[in-house]
Amino acid sequence: MHSRVLAKASLRRVAGKAPYGPAAAGTTIATRPTAPQSPARYSSSISQRPGASHVSFPGAVKSAFTNKLNFALSDESPALPTYRVVDQDGKIVDESFKPDLADEEVVKLYNKMLLISIMDVIMFDAQRQGRLSFYMVSAGEEALSVGSASALSPDDVIFCQYREQGVFAQRGFELSDFMNQLFANKKDPGKGRNMPVHYGSSELNIHTISSPLATQIPHASGAAYALKMQRINDPSLPPRVVAVYFGEGAASEGDFHAALNIAATRACPVIFICRNNGYAISTPTLEQYRGDGIASRGIGYGIDTIRVDGNDIWAVREVTKKAREMALQDGGKPILIEAMSYRVSHHSTSDDSFAYRARVEVEDWKRRDNPLARLRKYMEAKGIWDEAKDKEARDSTRRKVLKAFSEAEKEKKPPIRAMFEDIYEELTPDLKAQMLELRQHLDKYPEEYDLSEYEGGRSSLDS
Amino acid sequence: MSRYLRPAARAAASVSRATAFSPFASSTIRAIPRATPIFAQRRTYADNKGVKEYTVRDALNEALAEELEGNDKVFVLGEEVAQYNGAYKVTKGLLDRFGDRRVIDTPITESGFCGLAVGAALSGLHPVCEFMTFNFAMQAIDQIVNSAAKTLYMSGGIQPCNITFRGPNGFAAGVGAQHSQDYSAWYGSIPGLKVVAPWSAEDAKGLLKAAIRDPNPVCVLENELLYGQSFPMSEAAQKDDFVLPIGKAKVERQGKDMTIVSLSRCVGQSLEAADQLKSKYGVEAEVINLRSVKPLDLETIIQSIKKTGHLMVVESGFPAFGVGSEILALAMEYGFDYLKAPGQRVTGAEVPTPYAQKLEEMAFPTIDIIANQAARLMKV
Repeated sequence: MHSRVLAKASLRRVAGKAPYGPAAAGTTIATRPTAPQSPARYSSSISQRPGASHVSFPGAVKSAFTNKLNFALSDESPALPTYRVVDQDGKIVDESFKPDLADEEVVKLYNKMLLISIMDVIMFDAQRQGRLSFYMVSAGEEALSVGSASALSPDDVIFCQYREQGVFAQRGFELSDFMNQLFANKKDPGKGRNMPVHYGSSELNIHTISSPLATQIPHASGAAYALKMQRINDPSLPPRVVAVYFGEGAASEGDFHAALNIAATRACPVIFICRNNGYAISTPTLEQYRGDGIASRGIGYGIDTIRVDGNDIWAVREVTKKAREMALQDGGKPILIEAMSYRVSHHSTSDDSFAYRARVEVEDWKRRDNPLARLRKYMEAKGIWDEAKDKEARDSTRRKVLKAFSEAEKEKKPPIRAMFEDIYEELTPDLKAQMLELRQHLDKYPEEYDLSEYEGGRSSLDS
Repeated sequence: MSRYLRPAARAAASVSRATAFSPFASSTIRAIPRATPIFAQRRTYADNKGVKEYTVRDALNEALAEELEGNDKVFVLGEEVAQYNGAYKVTKGLLDRFGDRRVIDTPITESGFCGLAVGAALSGLHPVCEFMTFNFAMQAIDQIVNSAAKTLYMSGGIQPCNITFRGPNGFAAGVGAQHSQDYSAWYGSIPGLKVVAPWSAEDAKGLLKAAIRDPNPVCVLENELLYGQSFPMSEAAQKDDFVLPIGKAKVERQGKDMTIVSLSRCVGQSLEAADQLKSKYGVEAEVINLRSVKPLDLETIIQSIKKTGHLMVVESGFPAFGVGSEILALAMEYGFDYLKAPGQRVTGAEVPTPYAQKLEEMAFPTIDIIANQAARLMKV
C-alpha cells in the first residue's frame, strides 16, 4: 500500500478526478501497485486546476511554476559527497559506525582481498610467460568487489563486467575454480569456450561474464524483474535482489541508460554498482563524460543513489547493505552506487597503461591509498593484525595460488563431445551426424589421434 | 563493447608483447621510408619501378592522411583514435598532424559516436567513423542500417550521407565467439550501403580513399590479422590521387582450370592454395579478389567461369546466407550453362567461434582446406 505507484496514483487524484471509468478503477490500480500491466493509464489525462502553483503536466508532476528564467547549470550544482567510514590511515571517521563483523570475519575479508591481489600478480606473470592467453587484474579495486559482495545474500543474483574476481572469491569461488576457468580444463564450467576471466557459477548465482561491454546491465534489470515477478507469484520465496557491476566507461554505452530507465519504470530490485576507476582502457574519465560522475545520472532516472569511497571496504559494505534493504522496499526499486576507486593495474595483459598515464601517478595512488593497506591499518589499530601475520598470510596465499595453478594446468581438457554441445539445447540432427562421423573416423584411425589429453577420450562421443 | 578485443588490439599493435600471442607475431609496425616520387605517373601495368613494401596498416594510415589533407570536410572519430593513435595504430600520427578538430576521441558509446557521425554526414560533412572492431558496431547497427543507408532515399534525395564506417572485421585470434565474426553478409544485404573488403595494401589504400570520396555510406571491412602484413605498393598507388573503383573485382592470379572467388584475408590463402594446386596437380586456378562486396562485380566472376567452368567461393563468414551463398546463387542464375560441376564454397564453420586454439583454427578456411576442396571439385 505504500508503494511509489500508490503515491503517484494519489497525486493524480489530487490533480483532478479520474477522467473516465468508475473511481473503483483507480483504487484497483492503487491496491495492485506491482501489476505488470495496469488496466488503464491515466497519466495522459491530467488537467491543470485553475490557480495551481505546480505544474501538472503528465511528465513532471511536482514542478512549481516560476517567473524567473533560470537554466539549471550543470557546473553549479554541487557534486554528490563521497561516503567513507575509515580514512586512509585506517581511522574511523563516521562516529555512528559500528562494525557489524567479528574480528575473525574482518580477517577473512582481508584474506579474500589478499587472495585476489596475489592471484592477479601471479596470473599476470603467467600470461607474460605464455602459459595462458589473457588475464585481467583488479589491483586497487579489491575492497570494492569483496566489500560489496560481502553485504549481499548468497541467494542474490550477480552480473559482473570482468574486473570483479573479488566478488567471485567472496561468494565462494575457490582458487581451483578460478584456475580451471583460466586454463580451460575439463573442470571449467564454460567448457573451454571462453577467454580467460569469463568466470560464471550457477551455484553462486553469478551469471557468466559476457565480452560485449555493458550488455549485462539491462540483463540485470531483467533478472531483477524476474525475481520480483517470482515473489509476486509466490510470496513465500525469500526476497532477493540483483547486483550488477560495470565501469564508468561502460556507463557511456546506450545499454546503461536503457537499463536504468527500464529498472526505474518497472521498479526492479536491482543494485547498479559502478566501479569508477578513472580509466576505460586509455580513456580518462575527463574524456568519458561530463557532469558529476555516474551518480548524477541515477538521480536523473529517478533512482536513489549514493557515492562511496571504493577503497574503504567498510563504507562499501555499509552502503551495499543499506542499498539492498532499500531495493527490497515498496515491492522493489533500483539503487545506484558509484564506488570511486583508481585502476592501479593495466587494463589487461594486452595493455601497457604507461603509454597514456605517468608511472608516478600510479605509484602515488598505490602508496597514498591502497584498499588493502587501509583495511590492514584498521586491523592493526584494533590489535588483530600485525606484520608477522601479514607475512604469513601472504606467503601461504602465494603457496595456495601456485598449487592450484599447477593442479589446474595438469588437468585434462574438456571432452571432445563438448565441441558439439550447447549450440542448441539439444544436439540437432546435423550435429549428431557430424559427431557420429567423427566417432567413426576416430575408431577407424585410433593410432593417428592422441586423445589422452581429453576427458573421456573417444568414448565421450558415444550418443 | 568488450573490451576484450581491445586488449587483443593492443597485442596486435605491440611488437614487444606480440610473442605471447603467436598469431600476432607478424604484426610489427614498419617505418616506411618516405621518398618524394620523382617520376611522373605513367599508365602502365605491373610496373615494378618504384614499388615499395607497405603494411596494410600504413596503407590505411596514408589513405586517411591524404583524404584529411585533401578535403576539409573529412574528419576521423572513434574510440582511442587520437591520443592513443588507434587501438591498432591505424590512425597513428593523425592527431599531431591534423589536430583535435579533425581527429576526435570519443567515449565508449558506439551508438552515440556512430549516430553523431551519421548526423554530421547528413549535415554535409564526410566523417570516417572507426569502430575498434565491427563486433562493437553491433551496438550501432541501427544507425548504420536504418539511418545511414536509408536517409537519402527516405528524404527524397535531399539529405546526403557521405560517411565511411571502417574497422577490423571477421576472424581475429584468441578472442572467442563474441569478438570474432564476419559481417560482410550483414552489411552486404542492405540496399543503400556500399561495402568493400580490402586484402592487400593497395586495396586498403585505394578502397578506403574511394569510400571516403564516395557520396554514399560505405563500410570498409578490414581485417585485424592483415594490418601487420606487408605488400608491394606500386608507384602509382603511392600517389595521393590513387583510388580504386568500388564495385570492381581484381583478378589476382590468372588461370584456366577453375575460378576461386574470395575476399579479404581469404584472398591470400586462396592464392597460396592455388600455388599448391599448381604444384601438386597442375591445376591452374584463377583467383579473383572481390574487393567490393556491394556492389558485387558479377561480370568478372561470370567471365572467369566462362573460361574455367569451375567455381569455388572462399570466405570466412558463417556458411548460411553468406557471401558464398550469394555468389553461388548468382552463378546459378547467370552462369549455370558454363559450369561443368556444381559450384562449391569454403566458409567459416557453422559454430560460434571456439576459443580453443586448435578448434579456432579449424573453424575458418585454411590453405589446406581450400586446396583440398578445390582438388575435390576438380576431381584430381
